[in-house]
Amino acid sequence: MAMAGRITPAVRIGVSIAIATGLYGISFGALAVASGFSVAQTATLSLLMFTGGSQFAFIGVVGAGGTGAAAFGAATLLGIRNAVYGAQINRMLRPRGWLRPLAAQVTIDESAATAASQTDPKEQRRGFWVAGLGVYLCWNLFTLLGALLGDALGDPRQWGLDGAAVAAFLGLLWPRLRSREPVAIAVVCALVTLVALPWAPPGVPILLAAAVAAVWGWFGRGPADEGLEPDVAPKLGQESAR
Amino acid sequence: MTLWAWIAAGCVAAWAIKFAGYLVPVRWLESPRMNRVAGCLTIGLLASLTTMNTVSAGQGLAFDARIGALLVAAAALMLRAPFLLVVIVGATAAALIRLL
Repeated sequence: MAMAGRITPAVRIGVSIAIATGLYGISFGALAVASGFSVAQTATLSLLMFTGGSQFAFIGVVGAGGTGAAAFGAATLLGIRNAVYGAQINRMLRPRGWLRPLAAQVTIDESAATAASQTDPKEQRRGFWVAGLGVYLCWNLFTLLGALLGDALGDPRQWGLDGAAVAAFLGLLWPRLRSREPVAIAVVCALVTLVALPWAPPGVPILLAAAVAAVWGWFGRGPADEGLEPDVAPKLGQESAR
Repeated sequence: MTLWAWIAAGCVAAWAIKFAGYLVPVRWLESPRMNRVAGCLTIGLLASLTTMNTVSAGQGLAFDARIGALLVAAAALMLRAPFLLVVIVGATAAALIRLL
């Protein structure tokens, strides 16, 4: 894919995701303060924990009267998937030296998904860092805003930001669904998640889906990359190649 | 332990988990079979994330405006809309459905 200036497809996706996800920080900030956290504690969670699902779980448990230990357990369980992302990003980008701990800090759903949406290693790198650092910046800025202003800004769901998240993840998944096998994997993993959500502890459904997908890949037949290689803008004629 | 101590512990654990992934030797992940696993894993994670964001509500399911966002986003993708437009269309759909 030709590089037209610095605004490459990966950069565009990264920026879109950073804004959509970052705005969500408002609801985290407001909810944390409403759950009894100080502004400093709220900001610390976004700066250092920096993994949205875990942060919401942490304040949710405390807000509901749970112990600090229970909050820690729920948040940590929800964060386990980030290790899977870490291994994937390390395999793709191979960051060296001080970049490794920094890359680890911004390894989240959004940055991993943006990187994985690209085939060109340069684009994978741009996508990861733009989405990772972009979400980090926006998420922390809006966390602080939400914590300081409380509910004055209203619920981000009112502006449809939860719909933006749904559309963004579907948008990253879509280009991969080019042949029968990826579609089958996606449907099975979506069903596993759907069935597990009501009874499994938060964070476990996505791990179950990941396990199913990994086993599928391990025992699958056919060429290594058949229909599975990522590319957010599929080239014409690829369908007919298989 | 105080709340601050649990916050600190949670932050350390979150980063340590992320970093642990980076410590998996790359050579373990470099084989045709692991390429397949990585490809399948990405699809499975994205499908799971899409599902979670569409229907999860705490520890349970809720079928609300987000389903509309999913359908409208899928329609936009079928029409080959660019990524940013898909995201905007998804947000607009959810906001409009809530207004009704």
